[in-house]
Amino acid sequence: MQTSVSQNKVVSGFKDKANKALGISRQDALISKSYLAVAFIALLLGGLLGLLQGLNRAGLLELPAWLNYYQILTAHGILLVVVLSAFFTIGYFYAGLSHTLGGLLPKVRKIAWIGFWTKIVGFVLVVIPILMNEASVMYTFYPPMAAHPMFYFGLALIVVGVWFLAAGAFINVAHWRKNHKGEHLPILAFFATGVFVLLVGATAFVAVEVLFMIIPWSLGWVDTINVMVARTLFWAFGHTAVNIWYLTAVSAWYVVIPKVIGGTRFNDYLTRVVVIALVIMNITGGFHHQIIDPGISLPIKFMHVFMSLAIGFPSLMTAYAMFRVFERTGRRKDAKGALGWIKKLPWGDVRFLSPFIAMAAFAPAGAGGIVQSTNQLDQVVHNTMWIVGHFHLTLGMSVIMTFFGVSYWLVPYISNRVLTPKMNKLGVIQTIIWTIGMVIMAFSMHTAGLFGAPRRTSYTTYGDFSSSLGWDPYMAAVGVGATLLLVAVIIQVYAVFNMMFFAPKGTTEFPIAEVEENEAKTPYMTERWGVWVVVMLIVIAMAYVLPLTDMIVNAPPGSPPFKTW
Amino acid sequence: MHLDEKIWLTLSFGMIMAFMVITGYQTFALEMGPPSNNELIDPQKVDETAPFNEPGIKQIGENEYEVVMTLQVFSFNPMDIEVPAGSTVHFTLTSKDVVHGFEIAGTNVNAMVMPGHIQKITQKFDEPGKYLVLCNEYCGAGHQVMSTTITVK
Repeated sequence: MQTSVSQNKVVSGFKDKANKALGISRQDALISKSYLAVAFIALLLGGLLGLLQGLNRAGLLELPAWLNYYQILTAHGILLVVVLSAFFTIGYFYAGLSHTLGGLLPKVRKIAWIGFWTKIVGFVLVVIPILMNEASVMYTFYPPMAAHPMFYFGLALIVVGVWFLAAGAFINVAHWRKNHKGEHLPILAFFATGVFVLLVGATAFVAVEVLFMIIPWSLGWVDTINVMVARTLFWAFGHTAVNIWYLTAVSAWYVVIPKVIGGTRFNDYLTRVVVIALVIMNITGGFHHQIIDPGISLPIKFMHVFMSLAIGFPSLMTAYAMFRVFERTGRRKDAKGALGWIKKLPWGDVRFLSPFIAMAAFAPAGAGGIVQSTNQLDQVVHNTMWIVGHFHLTLGMSVIMTFFGVSYWLVPYISNRVLTPKMNKLGVIQTIIWTIGMVIMAFSMHTAGLFGAPRRTSYTTYGDFSSSLGWDPYMAAVGVGATLLLVAVIIQVYAVFNMMFFAPKGTTEFPIAEVEENEAKTPYMTERWGVWVVVMLIVIAMAYVLPLTDMIVNAPPGSPPFKTW
Repeated sequence: MHLDEKIWLTLSFGMIMAFMVITGYQTFALEMGPPSNNELIDPQKVDETAPFNEPGIKQIGENEYEVVMTLQVFSFNPMDIEVPAGSTVHFTLTSKDVVHGFEIAGTNVNAMVMPGHIQKITQKFDEPGKYLVLCNEYCGAGHQVMSTTITVK
């Protein structure tokens, strides 16, 4: 299988060929398998906690004193937004790097394992204080709420683990480029490079927050902390993190899905431009989490509307690209009329169905995102259930349903097994249940939020306000959605471990679509990652230097730590 | 690039610009910008610092009131405010401990209230009735009970 741009001369060494003939090497497969196993265990635990929350907020379940709502919510957020997404992303891209770059280098494998165990130890350190109710601070851990120091040490280790993984990816990519001078990086490795650049950029902010601000403060070495600076650094990370998971999903949309439906992928040049744009403009988007904060002037906030909305543009390019590919593929299969191509898509194939629904969900999800990052509109819904609905659409549908779809070929691929028709059918059922659950939940959350129901709040009626304000039926529906979702989670986790250990042996293809035959050559400019990183840093500096300097120079007296739970 | 893609991308860019223009017009011409007050306070000395040494409601003009309010786990001070219908109320807010949110359900009043910062937001209450004020930023074990009311008569 040809993996680089078709016009370029493909120079593949013996190792490349061997790798493609035999599939992924066992050592490389083990890395991806370990990451995916952790990811889906996190899904199971996080989904279970999600059900408890949903039932609590529906007013159906009173949680026992030893397991409070905020403890569960903190764990749910960390398991799903940090563990599931990060481990899946790494497992998927490391398999992709191994496949498209002709195997991982031995030292990269070593780095990947060091990173794996650093992250695992980090997570254990994070989970212990959460279980002991010493860290019910949510995954955003805004100071001056202070968790047990162990929680922050755990977070720091997770970040270090991510850096190992990023370093490993960069080493492998650099090695390939050295041996393939003048060639374009294979497209999936190109996406991986973007993702790991962003991961380093984003985690740098949270590392500064945790290492230099929170840890000395939680250990009592310094008395007070600058609340605004900590919060701003957090969101430079927090928003980028979720966009990284989204970029991972986008990589499958551009590279994998066209192959699954039997077509070619969208214009290579524009694909690379989308990746570069998402990398350059992403980190500055974090500011829209602070639209109604004090201490940030209106002109700065206005500038950041642009910084946030700009990220919408490459996503709108993606929306076009996807439907263009679907239409083109359908027409080549003799589709008739304006919409006949829709009938030519493989709806019964879970590897297509799940990511397709993920893409479709991004239409309302992206529209909601544009609404929310617009100052005055954000004020209406900030910190309400609307926001929770939004990220269940973006993460719970657009990202996770893509990951689910990917799992139905990636897990068999790394396990040298196959996706059976029976398992495919189960996957389709799982996709439908998940979709219904998420649609019910996301719609109800958006609506309740529009009526003012706050997020991150355990069951309360506020006297009889919850009924007079019209929240109750929607919150009950959230409970229904959460129940359906857990059913789908159980099926999905069963499917993953079945495909990993029990499915019939065989060879599964790593689906990477080719470019169009007659496509113009992509300019080499896209490969100048050094330039893109510098541009990214300039954009970040434009966005953050002014407000951060202001927050530091004109800081109020700091805040001591509080444990309020 | 195909013609239809150019049209799509032009529309996309136009939409983003339209959002920018409307947001900017509302913010700077109509003064509808989000709460962004820039005054500082020592979060450990809120009770001794004016105006928060005397939290409460004060009439400052015809149909115009100022509410000086502190937020702390898990209450607002003052609680249960009453104003006549048609009054404009200026809220001056700060936190005595962790980060809180100040939301009046059913209105566009929504502001983050941070320790060390004084936040301000204004609302005109035309419709008589009882309004729910709640904290919408997680602030601890009793976050769900942190609420009060504003009665408009």
